[in-house]
Amino acid sequence: MTRKEGRRRYRLDLICYNITFAITEPSTLSFFKGPLPMPLLSIENLCVTLGKHRILEEIELQVERGEIVTLVGPNGSGKSTLLRSIIGSIAPSHGRIQREPGLKIGYVPQRLSLDPTLPMTVERFLNLPHRHSLDTVAHALLQAGIPGAEVQQIASLSGGQFQSILLARALLDSPDLLLLDEATQGLDHRGIADFYRQIDHVRHTLGCGVLMVSHELHVVMRASDRVVCLHGHVCCQGTPERVMASPAYQDLFGLDTADALAFYRHDHRHSHTAPPMDDRVPPAQPLTTPATPITERLH
Amino acid sequence: MLDNVMDDFMVRAALAGIAVALAAAPLGCFVVWRRMAYFGDATAHAAILGVALSLLMSTSILAGVLAVSLIMATLVTLLSGRGYAMDTLLGVMAHSALAFGLVAVSFLPGVRIDLMAYLFGDILAVSKTDLAIIATGGLLVLGLLRWRWSALLTATLNEDLARASGINPRREQLVLTLSLAVVVAVALKVVGALLITALLIIPAATARRFCHTPELMAVTAAIVGGISTTGGLQAAYWLDTPTGPTIVCLATLLFALSTAAARISRLVSQTGSETSTRG
Repeated sequence: MTRKEGRRRYRLDLICYNITFAITEPSTLSFFKGPLPMPLLSIENLCVTLGKHRILEEIELQVERGEIVTLVGPNGSGKSTLLRSIIGSIAPSHGRIQREPGLKIGYVPQRLSLDPTLPMTVERFLNLPHRHSLDTVAHALLQAGIPGAEVQQIASLSGGQFQSILLARALLDSPDLLLLDEATQGLDHRGIADFYRQIDHVRHTLGCGVLMVSHELHVVMRASDRVVCLHGHVCCQGTPERVMASPAYQDLFGLDTADALAFYRHDHRHSHTAPPMDDRVPPAQPLTTPATPITERLH
Repeated sequence: MLDNVMDDFMVRAALAGIAVALAAAPLGCFVVWRRMAYFGDATAHAAILGVALSLLMSTSILAGVLAVSLIMATLVTLLSGRGYAMDTLLGVMAHSALAFGLVAVSFLPGVRIDLMAYLFGDILAVSKTDLAIIATGGLLVLGLLRWRWSALLTATLNEDLARASGINPRREQLVLTLSLAVVVAVALKVVGALLITALLIIPAATARRFCHTPELMAVTAAIVGGISTTGGLQAAYWLDTPTGPTIVCLATLLFALSTAAARISRLVSQTGSETSTRG
């Protein structure tokens, strides 16, 4: 083989290699398979101002298919505002909220007061705004734990039952993204456990992304893939373990000073302060913000 | 033959009354559910201003009333939620529109208009053209409501739920507002500006006690409205009373009867069995 031939061969090899690489490379593959898998929801630099108050500042958040993301944060930290911005009820003053084209949202609001002048059976409520077959509705009610409640008036339901109906309604349209704003309010312990089990089941069967707001920290930490700690801005986000270990989270949810200090020294022995394994155990720490001015440290 | 029947003013009046009652019923339900009773008042009072303006500019009264009602309705929708409570805003606009309308009427030289006819309606004077206009307006409103029904209902239930389902509550509000303006404009002749709200609200309120779904309530309200207008018409004929007010009186009587009937049936069912559905 002459030197010239060898060089040509090398060049040919290189081209072949490059072509193979180009074909097998994920981005090229996706060209044949269809568009790149893009997140269901992508929030960039979102700021929301209501009146003179800046509620949300520079929020960056993404939710993927099949993922459970939980927003935690003290009262007034903008969790509900964030969800309401995502559904389009509140216009952002800055930044972008990108939804996957044709994204179907299932939304369970924090509170829903129905006007008593509006007669509404459970069945009619579940068929708003889209109609479903009788079987579908009956099955949804069975799953919600109130079989045969079709003809009952919404107003006659207990708080917990109504909450289950709200979730059932959100699930009926097979949403791509499920937004839950403190959806377990009014549920008893068993109801809460069932609720999270159902959410987990739904994300596997529907393959939807779940973005929820919750105050039940001990349950949340077990049920979510990712936790976002919100306090006007995103203090920290990541896996439950990482968030619990972060100083910002410790500050917001008030651990005692010794623990907090330990965390400031990055003492990883404390990473075992994982959630208690029993749902019935109340959170060990009160969910109040400490008296010390925390905002300075958080920024 | 139809012409002969239509020549009878009582037949025309009855048809006009039924048409208005049918259109007003579902709309009235939304007015009740959304607590915008005063909104109907404001639009109706603005209609008087519309009458005056159209006489001043010698255009068709229907066009003038429709235009002013639409402007009023849109203005209220736009202004709401900007620092004033809705009822304050409506109070200012409703009565100022009425006042300006009455003042404007007084500037009309040599024109004799029967203001009473616009305030209380003159259903017995409905012409064939009027009837055609009322029927068209009524059908238009019914069609619009039928088309947007689910979206309207969802938006009435909760704005956030509507948003999440891709429904724009502002747009649905506009649909209602426009329908209200149309109904007011065509019903002005039947019950008059002062009593239109009654025809919207009283049948809906009467129906509420017997209905379990929104659709049933709308249909029942239409029936109650129909009975009130036709019955009121007959009663006014026999008793020689003003027609518009008689219609409203009959509607109110039905409302009172339904309230009493609902109370009695509740008492009976309570003594019959002590069970309760509440869980």
